[in-house]
Amino acid sequence: MTSEKTDFRTTIRQSLTATQNGTVTILSSLLAVEDLLGYIPLEAIEEVASLTNSTTNEVWGVASFYTNFRFTPPGDHVLEVCWGPSCHILGAQNIVKEVLGTLNLQGEGDTEDHTFTFKYNTCLAACGQAPVISIDHQLMGRMTPEKTKERILSVKATGKKGKRQNG
Amino acid sequence: MTKAFQKLVEKSKAHLEQIQSKPRVRISIDLSGLAAGALDILNTFKDEVSANKLDVTISEVGGLGLNYAEPLVDIQNPGGPRVFYNNVTPDQVPSLVREHLIEGNPVLSGAMAVETRDPSLDIPTLTELPMMKGQVRIALRNAGHIDPSDILDYIAAGGYNGLNKGLFEMEPSAVQEEVAKSGLRGRGGAAFPTATKWRFLMGSPGPIKYILGNCEEGDPGAFNDKGILEGDPHTLLEGMILAGYATGASNGIVFIRHGHDTPIERTRKAIAQAYANNLLGENILGSDFSFDVEVSLVGESYVSGEETALMESIEGKRAMPRYRPPFPAAYGVWGKPSNINNIKTLAYVPEIVSRGGEWFTTIGTEKSKGTAILCLSGTIERPGMIEVPMGMTIREAVEKLGGGVPGGKPVKLLQTGGPLGGVLRGDKIDIPLDFDAMAAAGAILGSGGIIVGDDTVCAVDLARLLVAFCQYESCGKCFPCRLGTTHLLQILDRICDFKAQPGDLDLMRQLGNDMQVGSLCGHGQLGFNPIKSSIEYFPDEFAAVIEEKRWPTKNYFPDFFMPDRAKRNQQTETFSSLRRA
Repeated sequence: MTSEKTDFRTTIRQSLTATQNGTVTILSSLLAVEDLLGYIPLEAIEEVASLTNSTTNEVWGVASFYTNFRFTPPGDHVLEVCWGPSCHILGAQNIVKEVLGTLNLQGEGDTEDHTFTFKYNTCLAACGQAPVISIDHQLMGRMTPEKTKERILSVKATGKKGKRQNG
Repeated sequence: MTKAFQKLVEKSKAHLEQIQSKPRVRISIDLSGLAAGALDILNTFKDEVSANKLDVTISEVGGLGLNYAEPLVDIQNPGGPRVFYNNVTPDQVPSLVREHLIEGNPVLSGAMAVETRDPSLDIPTLTELPMMKGQVRIALRNAGHIDPSDILDYIAAGGYNGLNKGLFEMEPSAVQEEVAKSGLRGRGGAAFPTATKWRFLMGSPGPIKYILGNCEEGDPGAFNDKGILEGDPHTLLEGMILAGYATGASNGIVFIRHGHDTPIERTRKAIAQAYANNLLGENILGSDFSFDVEVSLVGESYVSGEETALMESIEGKRAMPRYRPPFPAAYGVWGKPSNINNIKTLAYVPEIVSRGGEWFTTIGTEKSKGTAILCLSGTIERPGMIEVPMGMTIREAVEKLGGGVPGGKPVKLLQTGGPLGGVLRGDKIDIPLDFDAMAAAGAILGSGGIIVGDDTVCAVDLARLLVAFCQYESCGKCFPCRLGTTHLLQILDRICDFKAQPGDLDLMRQLGNDMQVGSLCGHGQLGFNPIKSSIEYFPDEFAAVIEEKRWPTKNYFPDFFMPDRAKRNQQTETFSSLRRA
């Protein structure tokens, strides 16, 4: 095992033990890893299993159930579009269409250059500002396809990586 | 009043005096405010205040519920009026700071309201605003007014008074009786009498028993539970501790969806402050009652809001409903007796205990006491969160407080009670907000989300969206739900592609029936509701799409986009290949 790999495991292990307050479960541990990395790597599945005294199969069963978890690193920026009924009525579908076009995607997933990840969210809980999107966990309300495109381009132009990639 | 509590009250009074001796700026930082850009406003205020070297308290408060007015800021100088500024932009901030904070002259052009009538200002008071008029705020009494991150703000507003009274002047059973007297019914959707639910838990053996506060709130269109936690998390904690005292419970768990940071952070902070002030933990305020509370986060899963799925989720497993019996009061989370209440339900308890159950019965209707906390969204003039007495008609809430559809157009339909609640036609909204009257009319008050649709909204398109949601969120445990929702969506997809087959409507009815009788929880049982109610109220629109192959209104989306679970599983493929390598 190279030292880089050892470091990765150590980081995961630390996030599991240091950042969790309250009862530790498979789910709480997976959420802690997601907060840290934005995805669940193979190593985390094994570390969570050993921490919670369960099998990797059980951990894998939980991780694949909740739709927020992913298993490969996300793009530099994560863009979510709410598809709840309030947002739908006010035009969320047109925003999704614009996002897919701008990012050249067929559906949820990562752009080829890995700068963006697009995903749906069933409710971003700011229904009074519908339609709502979020980029790197920052909510933006009253969106239009044009404004969404602008936001994507301006985030791209900064070139920086998003602060947090969970959600 | 006990000595320990007396001390806290005095401390809070001193805190309030200190706050009032300085100018205060309150900025609504809740999920809705953030989506409207309130963070920019907060940062601009901080910059301006430090650039001018001012001694000003800037408080990040929860929302008043006036989503249409966000970003919402209010400013008050010592002894001066508290002025609310709506839809504030960053450019406005320097003049607000200069004119109001430094020179002491409220900026009339951007002001929406004042807190109390000020003869020198020609601005309505907060309660005169069309969206506030007619509201009775109990659970939301402090939201937007107090700093949710400061326990002393809550105590200064009368907080923990009910707890002090309950712990030292009442037996546990008396607290339960007070809640029984109030007639409080659960606000999560089922409307079950809260005191009766508590009695089940009282009869269960200890010492470990749980009170679960459900803030999963997956219903799109509902954000009132999160709104309470963002605006006033201590009112939930106080309600929870009182529920624990009444039922002899030892632990409380607040259940929130991961990713909604403001309610999570504020609840965690409130819990830490409650511990630091002996309002949680061992021997609360010197009594012999001890109670612990923690936050439990859940991943994205709609079904996890169902009470037994919620318990699975707290245990860290997949959120799938359990068989009942055994019921939660006998076998709940970690196999211990548990009681699950909605956040709104628990948020009423402090005021009920402190003011008496009798007082609560003076608000509302005969069988639905108290208030309804509604979230208005969709094509509506004033979206937001309101708390109105039960008995008010839905029309009044939507049209008077919410301002109706922009441009004075009629309300075509309402989507109430979450995606499973189905739709209600615009001419049926004269029913009162009352659990039983609404149920009789075939509508669900549910979690309080009301999504308004104007005449451009297509009932068939909306039904497809709601079914897509049900399909996507089915947990998969019961096959009638898992396969039924998938099949329903396939049929609606082909209807919307103008490829309907003869008998499709009957086939959907049959599937709906099978789902209802064959599913463990409401997700499958009610999963047909969106289609059923849409067909019932808008048969012409279905006929137009199915038979005439045309869209009856202009707001429809033939290339329907939705997340694809199968696509997500391709990631699983990547993962397995990693593993094999």
